[in-house]
Amino acid sequence: MSSDVAPPEAGTGGGVPPAVPPAAEGSGKVVAAGSAVSRPPLWRLAIRWETGLVVALAAALVFGSLESATFTSRITLFYAGINIGYIAIMALPMTLIVVTGEIDLSVASMLGLSGAVLGDLWHHGWSIWPAVLVALAVGAVGGSLNGLLVTKLGLPSIAVTIGTLTLFRGVAEILLGSQTIPTASDRPFPSWLTNIGVVPVSGTELSYTTVIFIGLAVVCGVALHATPLGRAMFAAGLQSEAARFAGIRVARIKFWLYVFSGVICALAGILLAAQNSSVSYNAGFGLELNVVAIVLLGGVSIFGGRGSILGVVLSVAIIGSLQMALTQMNIDPNVQEIVIGGLLLISVVIPSLSRAARWLGARLSLGRSGHTPWAPD
Amino acid sequence: MTARAQAPGVPRLASVLRAREAGTAALVLVVFALATLRDHSFADVNSVQQLLVGASLVALLGVGETLVIVTRNIDLSVGSVLGLCAFVVGDLFRHQHIPVWSGFVIAIALGAAIGAINGLITTVARVPSLVVTLAMLYIVRGVDAKLVNGHIVLPSQVPSAFAAVGYRTVFGIPWLAIIVAVVVAAVGYSMRTFRPCRELYAIGSNPEAATLAGIASGRRVFMAFLTSGALAGLGGALFLALFAQVDNSAGLGYELNVIAAVVVGGVAIFGGSGTVVGAALGALLLNTIQQALVAVRSSSYWSEAIAGALLLAAIAFDRWLSLRVARGLRSAEGAHRDLATAGRGSAS
Repeated sequence: MSSDVAPPEAGTGGGVPPAVPPAAEGSGKVVAAGSAVSRPPLWRLAIRWETGLVVALAAALVFGSLESATFTSRITLFYAGINIGYIAIMALPMTLIVVTGEIDLSVASMLGLSGAVLGDLWHHGWSIWPAVLVALAVGAVGGSLNGLLVTKLGLPSIAVTIGTLTLFRGVAEILLGSQTIPTASDRPFPSWLTNIGVVPVSGTELSYTTVIFIGLAVVCGVALHATPLGRAMFAAGLQSEAARFAGIRVARIKFWLYVFSGVICALAGILLAAQNSSVSYNAGFGLELNVVAIVLLGGVSIFGGRGSILGVVLSVAIIGSLQMALTQMNIDPNVQEIVIGGLLLISVVIPSLSRAARWLGARLSLGRSGHTPWAPD
Repeated sequence: MTARAQAPGVPRLASVLRAREAGTAALVLVVFALATLRDHSFADVNSVQQLLVGASLVALLGVGETLVIVTRNIDLSVGSVLGLCAFVVGDLFRHQHIPVWSGFVIAIALGAAIGAINGLITTVARVPSLVVTLAMLYIVRGVDAKLVNGHIVLPSQVPSAFAAVGYRTVFGIPWLAIIVAVVVAAVGYSMRTFRPCRELYAIGSNPEAATLAGIASGRRVFMAFLTSGALAGLGGALFLALFAQVDNSAGLGYELNVIAAVVVGGVAIFGGSGTVVGAALGALLLNTIQQALVAVRSSSYWSEAIAGALLLAAIAFDRWLSLRVARGLRSAEGAHRDLATAGRGSAS
């Protein structure tokens, strides 16, 4: 949870960001807001995290090829893309939003809603392209609803997006009810569209969702790590108030990130509909927490201001390959959740252990030599 | 927002918070009345019992969730814990034939143990609780799936004395609702009265200040997670009694329903404010709306969208309320300062 959207103790009236800077977080944990600004190893910390993820990915790949005979066959890559691609796509805008210190729990419901809109229009005789465009537009509208509530009214994003999670899913349910589209009397979806669920992109072994994910990851990675906009996102996540005083349009950035998230989730919904060649209102139910788990495992701080697209891409690769390996070993998908949860838990406990070790080391060196631990030798 | 500051303007603040609960209760009555106007059978004893029973599990989990959220943390694992405890107790009934009362004890103990792990990791490792409990959600759900492994607990395997808790009534009031009401009353009273419980509000209002004021934040937050886990465990036992059938999807997705109910009931998502009575009323309101829609339209397709819109309205309303209270406190403070200056002026 970010605290920069916490109800202000002394709000200045007009829904502006809180006057009190977010000093303390969660369970009294002081986030490295101040220290991160004052000392450079921020990027080094990030690099270290991604190194850990690369090691974990290598371990997952070795594990997969040892335990499952079919893991190394080329088709595995395709099916991994089918299984996790549409979830991974939603993780990218989520990363940007979490970096700015907010969260979007409505992603999976937006996926369901866009599929439902597509299906409903198709059911009423629309051709596919207008229906796709309307579904994407619904994503933009839903995202801007989130954005308005969070930035204009200053409401906590976690609560707002739980609300829109219920709302979007509810609208999808109103549209489709319990029917699955295409119904028996409908035209089937065009086969060139539904083929993306069975045919890889020509010349490769990658699913369409994978290719779209990679393309989007490059775009998001460049935007986050190589543009002023990206630096503004980090600044907004570290110290919303300070960023605002530095001339960064925090509210505007957050608003457009929610719109972006809505559109991308709508796209994911369309892709899932095409992959399954059908839609029902409850498609992707409960996936929001999977998306959050992927982002957090990728090393993005839930308090904002820290994280990288590379980390999230690696996290997708780890979870995707473990999922494939475990599925090929005939392990119940529900049981596989232990692995995701365990990884997530380890990923948060390890930094805290290393922090404790560093603290201990600093104490010891201080005791022995009298050096201040940060002084150059 | 400070929940119980000893400053001028307190009566106003307290009355506002009471008004928030009264508002939720009034909304329940309005929805109930409207539904009854359209369909008179909505006020039947059976239908009202359904309302209470349907809300009771979410309300019970909402009590624990409130304790955690008030401290500016969150517990996403409650749904999974409920599912695991329900299955474990059911499994013990069919294979070990344990006495009926011990079913409750085991469920509460197991839930408390998981809650304790959540609390320990959150407070000792200083890790955001959202991440810890999200991880726990998956781990517990996975363990549950592994244990169930297709062997669903069936009604015939649950002792009838245990299942009776799920359907028996006293003077027309379901046992389930009575148990939950007792828990809500006990925890609600504690949160108003006992110091350790009231310190939860202080921690959530300002963790730094609470620590500086000598509050053992870690221990209190740990206890909040432990209680939340224990109540989710109790919820598991009640789930088993109510449905008498448990597969690995028991409690699936409850966590967000519970948080939604708690927020509708006026608990601030960033801590420091809100009551368990409000949370329970929030659960009752959401369930009443759902059942009312079923009764009126003979279709529940609309209920989720309306619940979502209501949730957004509740959050916006609470924001408006907290701004108003903050303004009230400031002006009260200002008046106090003016008085003090005036007093000094006349003394000199």
